[in-house]
Amino acid sequence: MYVAAVFLPLIGAIVAGLFGRWIGDRGAQVVTCGLVGLSAILSIPIFLAVVIGGQPQSIELFTWMQSGSLDASWALKFDTLTAVMLIVVTWVSFMVHVYSIGYMHHDHSIPRFQSYLSLFTFFMLMLVTADNLIQLFFGWEGVGLASYLLIGFWYEKPSANAAAIKAFIVNRVGDFGFALGIFGAFFLFDSVVFDAIFAAAPDKAAETVVFFGTEWHAITIICLLLFVGAMGKSAQLGLHTWLPDAMEGPTPVSALIHAATMVTAGVFMVARMSPLFEYSDTALTVVTLVGAFTAIFAATVGCVQNDIKRIIAYSTCSQLGYMFFAIGVSAYQAAIFHLMTHAFFKALLFLGAGSVIHAMSDEQDIRRMGGIWRHIKLTWALMWIGSLALAGIPFFAGYFSKDMILEAAWGAHTPVGTLAFWLGIGAAFLTAFYSWRLLILTFHGQPRADEHVMAHVHESPPVMTVPLIVLAIGAIFAGFVGYESFVGHGMQEFWGNSILVLKGHDAIENAHHAPFWVKTLPVFVALAGIAMAYLFYMFAPALPKMLAARFQGAYQFLLNKWYFDELYDFLFVKPAFVLGQGFWKTGDGALIDGLGPDGVAAASRDIARRMSWLQSGYVYHYAFAMIIGVAAFVTWYMFNMG
Amino acid sequence: MSDWPLLTITTFLPLVGALFILTIRGTPDVVARNARNVALLTSLATFLVSLLVWVYFDPNTAAFQLVDKARWLPGSNISYHMGVDGISMFFVLLSTFLTPICILASWEAIETRVKEYMISFLVLETMMVGMFCALDTVLFYVFFEGVLIPMFIIIGVWGGPRRVYAAFKFFLYTLAGSVLMLLALLAMYFQAGTTDIPSLMAHGYPFEMQIWLWLAFFVSFAVKVPMWPVHTWLPDAHVEAPTAGSVILAGVLLKMGAYGFLRFSVPMLPLASEYFTPLVYTLSIVAVVYTSLVALVQEDMKKLIAYSSVAHMGFVTIGIFALTPQAVEGALFQMLSHGIVSGALFLCVGVVYDRMHTREIGRYGGLVQRMPKYAAVFMLFMLASVGLPGTSGFVGEFLVLLGVFQVNSWVALFAASGLILGAAYMLYLYRRVVFGKLVREDLRSILDLSGREIAVFAPLVAVVLWMGIYPSSFLGYMHASVANLIDKYQLALSAVDAVSMAAR
Repeated sequence: MYVAAVFLPLIGAIVAGLFGRWIGDRGAQVVTCGLVGLSAILSIPIFLAVVIGGQPQSIELFTWMQSGSLDASWALKFDTLTAVMLIVVTWVSFMVHVYSIGYMHHDHSIPRFQSYLSLFTFFMLMLVTADNLIQLFFGWEGVGLASYLLIGFWYEKPSANAAAIKAFIVNRVGDFGFALGIFGAFFLFDSVVFDAIFAAAPDKAAETVVFFGTEWHAITIICLLLFVGAMGKSAQLGLHTWLPDAMEGPTPVSALIHAATMVTAGVFMVARMSPLFEYSDTALTVVTLVGAFTAIFAATVGCVQNDIKRIIAYSTCSQLGYMFFAIGVSAYQAAIFHLMTHAFFKALLFLGAGSVIHAMSDEQDIRRMGGIWRHIKLTWALMWIGSLALAGIPFFAGYFSKDMILEAAWGAHTPVGTLAFWLGIGAAFLTAFYSWRLLILTFHGQPRADEHVMAHVHESPPVMTVPLIVLAIGAIFAGFVGYESFVGHGMQEFWGNSILVLKGHDAIENAHHAPFWVKTLPVFVALAGIAMAYLFYMFAPALPKMLAARFQGAYQFLLNKWYFDELYDFLFVKPAFVLGQGFWKTGDGALIDGLGPDGVAAASRDIARRMSWLQSGYVYHYAFAMIIGVAAFVTWYMFNMG
Repeated sequence: MSDWPLLTITTFLPLVGALFILTIRGTPDVVARNARNVALLTSLATFLVSLLVWVYFDPNTAAFQLVDKARWLPGSNISYHMGVDGISMFFVLLSTFLTPICILASWEAIETRVKEYMISFLVLETMMVGMFCALDTVLFYVFFEGVLIPMFIIIGVWGGPRRVYAAFKFFLYTLAGSVLMLLALLAMYFQAGTTDIPSLMAHGYPFEMQIWLWLAFFVSFAVKVPMWPVHTWLPDAHVEAPTAGSVILAGVLLKMGAYGFLRFSVPMLPLASEYFTPLVYTLSIVAVVYTSLVALVQEDMKKLIAYSSVAHMGFVTIGIFALTPQAVEGALFQMLSHGIVSGALFLCVGVVYDRMHTREIGRYGGLVQRMPKYAAVFMLFMLASVGLPGTSGFVGEFLVLLGVFQVNSWVALFAASGLILGAAYMLYLYRRVVFGKLVREDLRSILDLSGREIAVFAPLVAVVLWMGIYPSSFLGYMHASVANLIDKYQLALSAVDAVSMAAR
């Protein structure tokens, strides 16, 4: 059962990928949906056995790499953290698989698409069930590959290809840090297996190491390197640039990979490594700061974007920031709780956006939408549910998890925790604002699309709306249902040994005793954000334009996403090509070849040519040379004799 | 059967096939067809025999196995001595595995002088296998230099338009290195009085002499690897060589230098190896970063892959001189993996070159629409080259970096940047060739992989995945020999430390 849950999607991917031509579109859909569905069903008894039954499992398949003292196996580990991720990944993936049947029905390579989706699911499951760092890395790079393939799925579009490469390479930058982190962990612990590392961590808490010519607190540097990996995968500030571009991929992909599952892998990884991070306050502080600044940064950019998917992408980036600063204040449980609720409502929002795009004949610009709620009432209602959950309006899923994070940040009672709290409050305001900006511009007001498009606006078929309804149920109830176990009184029992929080790091405990204003402030700012969106886009539509014109510089700054892309292009991409060109033409061509083989060849030709002048063929030349020779010899002889 | 002279059979069986081809008479068509068939059958038979080497190999000992020894020039104490250990065994297999694939890949691409071509390839195989088995320096030198001749002919006769320039550049570069190696081998002979490699390994040389010997070997091996800055023969040789020539060049010939480091420099000259380690690190890091950047701007597919080879071999040289178990095994594994993967990538280039007769990247684009099978195969090898976990490329690179990090974190940091650059140039290549819109008229009728081409790629695909998912079946055979190599090295270093301590 345990092994099957992980490997069924791989079988689906192989069958659909290799035999797609024989089994046809329908066959590929049935196989992939069926196997992922089966794995989703299996995830429930696994969850029950592991979490409720309190029976964590470890299954070793076979040795992968063994060299010296390094010993890594292909092994599956199931504890509470894994079981929660298993439920989220398989169910969201199953919904997306089914939804894709409807969304992609015009496409001409359906088997390939379904195969990639299943492949992704397999890698993601390998990631969450890893029992050592190297297998985690396998899943980690594997989901990156699936993401690359799916972003570039429409390979005829140059923008999609560019976005795919960008996603892969930016992630590789993160993986570079991750890999160094693994090497560091092996250096310190002489093992890459989680259980061995976690058991040894308390003893190594005070050790220092010299890496890169500097003496470091050992666990801090390892955690920081691992966190670079998490920043890449989870699109945190600095390495976030790939995520908005990744929206070039088909919408179901954005929902599955770039909202619900893959981008949360970084959060999962840091939570998994909690027994290490707990021993480094410095690393936790860095995590808090990066998370908090990402939350506010992405929210500011999200407020001015016009592409419906990019707005949601920035929103994802911002929500991931929340999860990280929760981790930074040792509220891992709250982070995973938010990860779960976010998976439901963000997948809902993306798939809802997909439904809108589908209805609007592939239009994505919200400036050319409006007034369509009457035509697609179901999608409209579901998008409202998703937005309410995202904004944290009471009793929807996001309310429980996001408030918990903010309260925990406050409850950390540290300067960075307090900073994160206030930045988080600011981001909560902006979140509500951009969500309703999106809702109002998309669904309400006067239609701005042309008549041709408007005439075609239609509700999506049930194969698309049913998954949306399932996700909506999650978006409404997941928070309420999960609260007690994830972060409430049942917390200890629920998580078991899968997450370690040291004594003294009791942000969650303090959060439960937060004052009234801390508990209610997030709701108030969310309502204020919604109110402002109504003011700007419903009642006084001239206002945003006026503001944009008045603060042109700030508006352009936000619209261009703080100019990160331009900066990186200038700092890294262009120099790489210039250097490459220079090394090739000057280094290899002029210097090495010029002085080396070609130079030697030219020199020997030159010498040979000079030598050949001597051999002119005229007898008197030779005779003349001989006479000089004889004269010189005789002279020398006479001097020596005399 | 284990007392058969397996290594001698593996080495000289191709030569027998070559002699047989020499006797074929008839019309040109008949000769070509028979030559192809005989070459393929011979190389397949050789591969099967070499599999027996693997079967009879005992992974629990570091000693040389399957030894064949005969007196050759008894007066000078020179003998015919063959044997393999955990370091050389897989290179024998790599050579015998790639040769039939190369012959199959040249089936239609080579139309002129087929008989001579096949003879060259079989002779080349004998030389390669012999080089990895030889346990006598004279024998080694003969094979090591002998490899040059058929390769020189393959590039010079069946190569592209600038083949003569490339062939001479290749020949002179490698020959210049070999001259110094010959001097070093002679010096060792006069010092130790034997040419027997196991005996030479046990013989300790004074530090001063080690330095000079090491440098002489280094020049020779560095050219073969190739290390920066003596790598410039490689792009030219690859570009001009026929596809199969490139495969063997990248797959096996580049490994000769690194193998030399492991067979001569490290075990025989441990003190000098330790002394020069920073030099090797530096040149290797420069190779990784520099050639990766150069690869990024290439417009010729083969040149791009050639430069990527230099970068990948940079990992190998780092691993060899880091001398931790992971790093050395990683380096060996990376060599095998690179042999398969870069060979396969050259074959991928060959597939489209055979159809369009150009290697210019800009002339392609959108191939996936007409050639989905090709796109999938190319994708897999591209990912293996990038080092994606689950493929062979990952295991080698990862072990090397992990190993070197334990002794020098700076080196690991710089070398790991190759992971990013490697992804950049390979994905960029793939995007330009395979993805995008198919706009060129002449590509509209391009055909997907033929049955023969699938037969060429299938074993390579299987091996790349096998090595990536279950590398133990390879690493397990290396442990004993690598551990022995490192122990001896550490012992030599600590002996010197003890002497200098005592002298103080």
